[in-house]
Amino acid sequence: MRGVVYTETVVHAAPPQFVSDAPYQLAIVELEGGERRTVRILGDRVHIGDAVEFAEDRQGIVFFRKA
Amino acid sequence: MVGIGKTPFGSFPDRDLRSLAVEAGAKCLADAHLKPDRVEAFYLGNFAGPSFVGQNHLAPYVAGGLGIEGVACTRFEAACASSGSAFFHAVASVAAGLYDLVLVCGVEKMTSQPTPVVSEILAAAGDTGGEVRVGATFPALFAMIARRHMHQYGTTREQLAAVAVKNHSNGAKNPLAHMRKVIAMEQALAGKPVAEPLTVYDCSLISDGAAAVLIAPLERASEFTDKPAKVLAIAQTSDVVALDHKADITTFRAVRRAGEMAYKMAGLSPSEIEFAELHDCFTIAEIMATEDLGWVRKGEGGPYALEGRTCLHGERPVNASGGLKAKGHPVGATGVGQICDVVMQIRGEAGELQVARHEVGLAENLGGSGATAVVAILGAV
Repeated sequence: MRGVVYTETVVHAAPPQFVSDAPYQLAIVELEGGERRTVRILGDRVHIGDAVEFAEDRQGIVFFRKA
Repeated sequence: MVGIGKTPFGSFPDRDLRSLAVEAGAKCLADAHLKPDRVEAFYLGNFAGPSFVGQNHLAPYVAGGLGIEGVACTRFEAACASSGSAFFHAVASVAAGLYDLVLVCGVEKMTSQPTPVVSEILAAAGDTGGEVRVGATFPALFAMIARRHMHQYGTTREQLAAVAVKNHSNGAKNPLAHMRKVIAMEQALAGKPVAEPLTVYDCSLISDGAAAVLIAPLERASEFTDKPAKVLAIAQTSDVVALDHKADITTFRAVRRAGEMAYKMAGLSPSEIEFAELHDCFTIAEIMATEDLGWVRKGEGGPYALEGRTCLHGERPVNASGGLKAKGHPVGATGVGQICDVVMQIRGEAGELQVARHEVGLAENLGGSGATAVVAILGAV
């Protein structure tokens, strides 16, 4: 799965289950078929327009990283 | 609207949900010189009482405390537009001739929970199977909206901060506001990050509070008050809940549609609105509302804010009350709170915060990241 970053944010104030992950980056990614999906970003920080690809699925939480 | 009543908004450890709602409701009934046993229906806006304070079946629970018994008591939930929605349905039922006297109340008791838990409860107004599951909070959703708005239109951090500076300046003069503190631009720009690019100064407050308004048919208004305000138009609309399902996140389609419907119903153009209370849950939301409601073109909301045109003495004052940013945002109370603020302006009772032209005002109440919108246009009789 590959896509392009439509928008992103770095979350500093996290909900209880993700406090230990903060700060973490979230992005809405536009996938190749045109569908958009909110994902977590692994590794390097990404910006709008960056190409990203599927990295892993941790119990339903989907991570993408810079392609 | 023949009566209004509000509690202060703030953090009140000694107050429970019902006592806040009862205070606002009782003030409203006193304002209209009406005994509770004459209320024909009670509509309550509340987002998450069951999660925040563990109480359900809230409408009759609150009504009992007010001395309203035996009549229809209904709770409305539409995230942060809960009491806007209750107001919409109350106006509709009076206009339909079902009732003459409907008391609408909005209430939220939030500060009994620690901030991360509040954040989690609020996030349940998003798509819990999608965006929320991967770690989105409401600040995160609006941060992604802001980021895209900045990318597409060149909106700047300074323009966002201008909304916060203005609303804090107004809120400092509002005796019922949660945060009565002026902030400087440098301070707003240097705030602690919550979800980039938004800082604490871009986010509304976690508050306790309640507000109430009494609706009656216009022809009976003089029985209750010599200062009635008229509902010129009301519209409620919706959109998809998940932010990633919206084609364009730099506009709230529900707000645009509700605005268009309201302008048509009132027979007014956007330029005829003299002042407004807009749903600034985050600074970007106020900027977008000024665009979506037709006062400036898409992308020009940032400069519109920074140029001071929405200041207390600007061409169209926005959030003279201090808005959700400074007045506070007890989510279920916000919609009716905005109605009360607009009515106070129309009556000329806003004191230091009185706007110059106050015959026609607009209130915009937003639920979630734009899945519900309520727009009301109110005027002097």
